[in-house]
Amino acid sequence: MITEFGHFALILAVVVALFQTVVPLWGALTNEPRLMATAKPAAIFQLVLLVVAFLALTHAYVVSDFSVKNVASNSHSTKPLIYKISGVWGNHEGSMLLWVLILATFGAAVAVFGRNLPESLRANVLSVQASIALAFGIFILATSNPFTRLAAPPMDGRGLNPILQDPALAFHPPFLYAGYVGFSIAFSFAVAALIDGRTDAAWARWVRPWTLAAWMFLTLGIAMGSWWAYYELGWGGWWFWDPVENASFMPWLAGTALLHSALVMEKRETLKVWTILLAILTFSLSLMGTFLVRSGVLTSVHAFAVDPERGVAILMIMVLFVGGALTLFAARAGELRQGGLFSPISREGALVFNNVILTTATATVLVGTLYPLLLEGLTGAKISVGPPFFNMTFIPLMIPLLIAMPFGPFLAWKRGDVAAVAQRLLAAALIGLLAMVATMALSERGPWLAPVMMAIGVYVMVGAVQELAFRAKVGKADREEVMRRLWNLPRSVYGTALAHFGIGMMVIGIVGTSAYQTERVLVMKPGDTTQIAGYSLTFKGVAPNRGPNYREQIGTIAVERNGHPLTTLQPSKRIYDSPPQPTSEAGIHASWRGDLYTVLGDAQKEDGGFAFRLYFNPLVRFIWLGALVMFIGGGISLSDRRLRVGAPRKSRGKGPSPAMAPAE
Amino acid sequence: MTRKQRRGFLIGAGVAILAVAAIMVAFALRDTIVFFHTPSDVAEGKVDDGQRFRLGGLVADGSVVRGEGTKIKFAVTDTLKTVRVSYDGILPDLFREGQGVVTEGKLDDSGHFVADTVLAKHDENYMPPEVAAALKEKGVKLGDKAKHPGNQTN
Repeated sequence: MITEFGHFALILAVVVALFQTVVPLWGALTNEPRLMATAKPAAIFQLVLLVVAFLALTHAYVVSDFSVKNVASNSHSTKPLIYKISGVWGNHEGSMLLWVLILATFGAAVAVFGRNLPESLRANVLSVQASIALAFGIFILATSNPFTRLAAPPMDGRGLNPILQDPALAFHPPFLYAGYVGFSIAFSFAVAALIDGRTDAAWARWVRPWTLAAWMFLTLGIAMGSWWAYYELGWGGWWFWDPVENASFMPWLAGTALLHSALVMEKRETLKVWTILLAILTFSLSLMGTFLVRSGVLTSVHAFAVDPERGVAILMIMVLFVGGALTLFAARAGELRQGGLFSPISREGALVFNNVILTTATATVLVGTLYPLLLEGLTGAKISVGPPFFNMTFIPLMIPLLIAMPFGPFLAWKRGDVAAVAQRLLAAALIGLLAMVATMALSERGPWLAPVMMAIGVYVMVGAVQELAFRAKVGKADREEVMRRLWNLPRSVYGTALAHFGIGMMVIGIVGTSAYQTERVLVMKPGDTTQIAGYSLTFKGVAPNRGPNYREQIGTIAVERNGHPLTTLQPSKRIYDSPPQPTSEAGIHASWRGDLYTVLGDAQKEDGGFAFRLYFNPLVRFIWLGALVMFIGGGISLSDRRLRVGAPRKSRGKGPSPAMAPAE
Repeated sequence: MTRKQRRGFLIGAGVAILAVAAIMVAFALRDTIVFFHTPSDVAEGKVDDGQRFRLGGLVADGSVVRGEGTKIKFAVTDTLKTVRVSYDGILPDLFREGQGVVTEGKLDDSGHFVADTVLAKHDENYMPPEVAAALKEKGVKLGDKAKHPGNQTN
């Protein structure tokens, strides 16, 4: 009954989306306020209906109603409650429902918080947003209905893929989708602006917080996925340049570029056409990501529940929206009033540099990801493009970007002084060089580039701190004055500094673990001891254990360091009851130095020995901590913006910036 | 700088970065891509000597032999031809006889494939599209073999 209610709510939501697509847009075109005003209640109603639909499906999962096909295929009565709930989006149908739910959430948020938006802009934005929901709603009902009943319900469900029964992965899809789908707001604003035929600094000020929120979620979502792959897959890697990973990384790169270009548009009223195009491209990449992941056209180690036929439907939705938006862009972009030009050496010049590099990087990832499809289409040859390609193309692009990054916030708008900034960043560069020397002293091997990258990572981190110190006049003013200044700095300044600091942390983690990882594969018998990266590991034996829905063999390894017992690691091999699939659980000892990572392999036939895979991954935690710091930085920046969104800007002592005077 | 010079500088810098990136991409694509071949391709001599490639197909039934330590031997088949593979390391959890597999490595002089990578996958129903297409091309019926029998309830 509740399931049918949810099904009905979903159908009604699609009808509401249809209404919301047509009526407000019609109102905006005919300048009819009453029609435009319908957008807000429609957006909220649509969200309510989708929440009802989603809760109904969740209810079916929680009570294990196996007469619902989706539940029977993906759940099991013995599964722990949290995985019953996360199972809702652990499959194609449910995840598409979550996709649309998040889409509607963003739409309703614009309706509620966008009180200051011009009425026609708001109507257009919500109309475009609803059209996306309409397309995906029809897609769900026609091809991927999660509410389909079974005529003959099975006694129990098939269960969720055990590898998905994991806390990090339970929350990875919602965050990732909040990021992906969040960029739809930027897209809707861009299309709305094109329909209206006008954009200004205010437009950028409205778009930026939404883009920032989406970017934050995507950052954390990708990091969670990477962290999960690291500890769950038992291969000690954190990023594989797999198509599914690239699918989420491309919108992130483009979205990062969008954040920075919207800043230029907001502050200097220039780069308008580019920002609009970037907003369209970012969400297009999100749609393409959804298509690549769901259709399984590319070989991926992370492929779940792929379905080529439904993939084609997503491809058509993508072609419709991307093609439509780009056509509109081609027709209307010329009418947008262009802003002034500016000096290459300036804050906006630095942000343009960021944009050029990030979009080029996006393009290289795109080429690497799609090239196998292209080549197969042209010649029939089947190939794979792996990490060597991305290492050769992506890393060289990142080096100039990272070197330039601390310069950006130091440069003045309009006209900056590189020499003066370089002088200020001298300390950061010197500390970076120290880090390079230290890295070379500590490591006997590894590529020559690694110490250099280590220096760059440290330089980026110190540079971010230096920017705060400079603004607070550390060393120039007395302590009280410094504290007062630190307190009064806008939160967005802290946000920028933290996000840039997080990037530096990430670079250090990536370099540390990529260049200096130690790996050993060996066979140990109970009582054997081995050494790795200064740790002494003694294999104590293997014991069976029974979990809530799996059986496992747990290996016990006593770890010592410098002769003192440190910890006991318990890597295990599990076999789940349903589906009967094996998984490996790594035993990990985490520390600032790095992770000691152990995986239990197969038993040897004769002598009671077991295969083991042992790793030491130096500094690997910094990768995810860096992402977390970036997320927090985004949040702090957002909390600043929320106070100002749409509100007239108060001049803080300085007075309004002079309007658009050409620089010379 | 005049307005025109500035515009020229910005455009020039952008084009220069794009050009450098395009050249890097072209070289990287030439040097780093890995071809996918089936055992039939290998038998037909489509693979150059010493070339690194991906070998894909089904793990032949009864072919898995565990050696000393972590050494393992198995055979990859597309049901027409079979290539013997040796690998030293821990296999992915979902490696099983009769299931699809993709390995990466080189042929040695005697025609054995020495793999340094056996690709992991997360879902036992998942068949890499190259394998599925290659098998389909050879007329192998998928479906039954690709799916675990215990995993079908309806």
